[in-house]
Amino acid sequence: MNAREDAAVASLHTPRPAAQGSSDDEDRGRGARDPEDLGTDPAIPPPPARSHRHLLSIDDLGPDGIEELLHLTDSFVEVCARPIPKVPALRGKTVVSLFFEDSTRTRLSFETAAKRLSADVMTFSVSSSSVKKGESLRDTVETIEAMGIHAVVVRHSGSGVPWQIAGWLHGPSVINGGDGWHEHPTQALLDCYTVRRERAARGGLLPGRGQRSLEGLRIAVVGDIRHSRVARSDVLAFTALGAHVTLIGPPTLMPPSLAGWPVEVSHDIDSVLPKLDVIYLLRLQRERMQEALLPSLREYTATYGLTRARARRLPEGALIMHPGPVNRGVEIAAEVADLPSSVITHQVTNGVAVRMAVLYLLLGSGVDLAAA
Amino acid sequence: MVIRGGTVVDATGSRPADVLIQDGVISTVGSKVGSVPAGTVVLDAGGCIVAPGLVDLHTHLREPGREEAETVESGARAAALGGYTAVVAMPNTEPAIDSAAVVRQVLELGRGACCDVRVAGAITLGREGRLLAPIAEMAALGVRIFTDDGAGVQDARLMRRALEYGSALGVVLAQHCEDASLAAGSHMHEGEWSSRLGIPGQPAEAEELMVSRDLALARLTGGRLHLLHLSTAGSLAMVKGAKASGLPVTAEVVPHHFTLTDAAVASFDPVFKVNPPLRTADDVAAVKAALAEGVIDAIATDHAPHAQEDKEVPFYQAAPGMIGLETALALALTELELPIERILALASWQPAAIAGLTAEHGGPVAAGRPANLCVIDPTAKWVVDPAALASRSRNTPYAGRALVGRVRHTVLRGEPVVIDCEAQR
Repeated sequence: MNAREDAAVASLHTPRPAAQGSSDDEDRGRGARDPEDLGTDPAIPPPPARSHRHLLSIDDLGPDGIEELLHLTDSFVEVCARPIPKVPALRGKTVVSLFFEDSTRTRLSFETAAKRLSADVMTFSVSSSSVKKGESLRDTVETIEAMGIHAVVVRHSGSGVPWQIAGWLHGPSVINGGDGWHEHPTQALLDCYTVRRERAARGGLLPGRGQRSLEGLRIAVVGDIRHSRVARSDVLAFTALGAHVTLIGPPTLMPPSLAGWPVEVSHDIDSVLPKLDVIYLLRLQRERMQEALLPSLREYTATYGLTRARARRLPEGALIMHPGPVNRGVEIAAEVADLPSSVITHQVTNGVAVRMAVLYLLLGSGVDLAAA
Repeated sequence: MVIRGGTVVDATGSRPADVLIQDGVISTVGSKVGSVPAGTVVLDAGGCIVAPGLVDLHTHLREPGREEAETVESGARAAALGGYTAVVAMPNTEPAIDSAAVVRQVLELGRGACCDVRVAGAITLGREGRLLAPIAEMAALGVRIFTDDGAGVQDARLMRRALEYGSALGVVLAQHCEDASLAAGSHMHEGEWSSRLGIPGQPAEAEELMVSRDLALARLTGGRLHLLHLSTAGSLAMVKGAKASGLPVTAEVVPHHFTLTDAAVASFDPVFKVNPPLRTADDVAAVKAALAEGVIDAIATDHAPHAQEDKEVPFYQAAPGMIGLETALALALTELELPIERILALASWQPAAIAGLTAEHGGPVAAGRPANLCVIDPTAKWVVDPAALASRSRNTPYAGRALVGRVRHTVLRGEPVVIDCEAQR
């Protein structure tokens, strides 16, 4: 750390009341300043009273919790825009990314977020680990906990694994980085944030006082809803914030039952397009043809893909979104993905800030985790 | 030995009576058995029901091959504590019970056990669903029930042949009804909960297709069909219709299908993973109604022990199954609004008849009959504690559940194998 960076860091950090046993040797060389008393960064609000230990489902937050998190994210977007996008808010905390399923994008986003908060980051890579040697999930998780960590970000192909891990751990926070077809709460948060921010940036109507951030917006989620954790979390989050959600796709790619889902369903994308504020396209896995869910990619693109012709029929100002990685030419035409109305790269950028806000919310209050 | 002060309940009715047992046989049943020789064991049955021992048509004892989950000895002890004097061990062991040699092995293992261990043979070699197992050779050793349980026989022609072949031997073909293609890749019931939880499910129709097919095959062949662990309203309706038309089919249900729904999976705890899967509240109501209407012949347990390492894994990797021998009767007494005589019919003499065991089990409590009995305290309150169970495995979904009604004593061939809820060996 050079002197300039050090100074920047010193001026940007958050209160850490009652943090435990922290002997932070990075603070040496700053004179006699108590590492627990570094002043506050006016850009970052103090974290709200800790009500969450884990972030497993969007439902854990509730509408108010989501709004609060989006509000908190604004501060971290500002931090990320600085020349030195780093604050010491989580110094001394250790965050482990525990990815049992490959996802370079989500893992890098979380790790970047943790590093910008000055947390120590450990990466657990399944391919080179004891898991390959037959270690059980529970043993793996308990071993990592024994190293004295504060949070694990879990990605697993099995729905519910973060819940199981949360049940086995005594201290650390568990953040769901995507479980099976079930949930991907930080993706939903960054999607909500992106819609809110990009609508505002493009002069879209902003919700009035007392209204939810996505009040009245018409959002379509298109594609493979059945197998999509993104869709499940997005539906929960979008509707919690007041949006009207329409799911579009062939019946074979819809969940077997939509009982209790506050959504409409359409199999006709063309009739829905002209009324949308946001069209959210899901990635289509190529193996769906083997399971007799679709006859061909060509037929899918013709029926449900966002082609150039369809993109032209979107209302002025409508946003085009995608969780990535994009199958250009399948769910979205290459040129459409590059249109100004496509905010796909904004989603990625905002993802880092949203994950900073999540980590800050769960770890940054300084409340003793073991007592939580 | 004398069982004093209880109310005897069997297929002939109920009456207060003491039961005197000598040399493994009931010698006297009456209000006054008179003085007994000094040193006679006296089992107190005050306030209790004295009934024929229970018979489980559907027990996984895991031996040979999975002894870390259960052994014949530990499973039989769990059975005795649950009031069972006979269990039918399912053939999905490793190796499968698909030959006279493995039948002899399991029967031998059961010889000194706390309950009478009978064996079901596989229908097909290795339970692979391709070639018939030596059904007659196994039947010659006393095997009366044949099943590939754990999987259904998928090939309709093969199932037809098995029913035809078995009809000459007086055996029962028992089917685990599940269409493998429709159920492929599933880990729970398909519906509202599977959709919400993002877990692949199997629809009720995966079971119902095979129930429908096998009822047709039973009609075609005249073979004797028993339907294992039915779980859906549609299956039960088909059985009701088949019975009304005179088809000699029998069917069982298991306690978790009348006490739990697929909503339990929302915890993602693999203890709730079972096959057939937990169904909807409507299905649970249908199972209860079918029991009340007499559509169902037996309450079985599908006791399916699994080692901890097979359950403390992601839901989709977990082995399906729940233990049940020590909780089945209490769940029936607690959850079913049926008189105890009906519950005992479903848990004792009716399954004994299906398994061909009436000479020894489930018969009337009368002089001259083998002394295979259980004594039930119908008002005893207890809470399920997995650590206190006798099974080697702990995969009960009822941890912490308060139940009413408990087996107090169990007598096997005149020997008190359970006294005051404690196994004696």
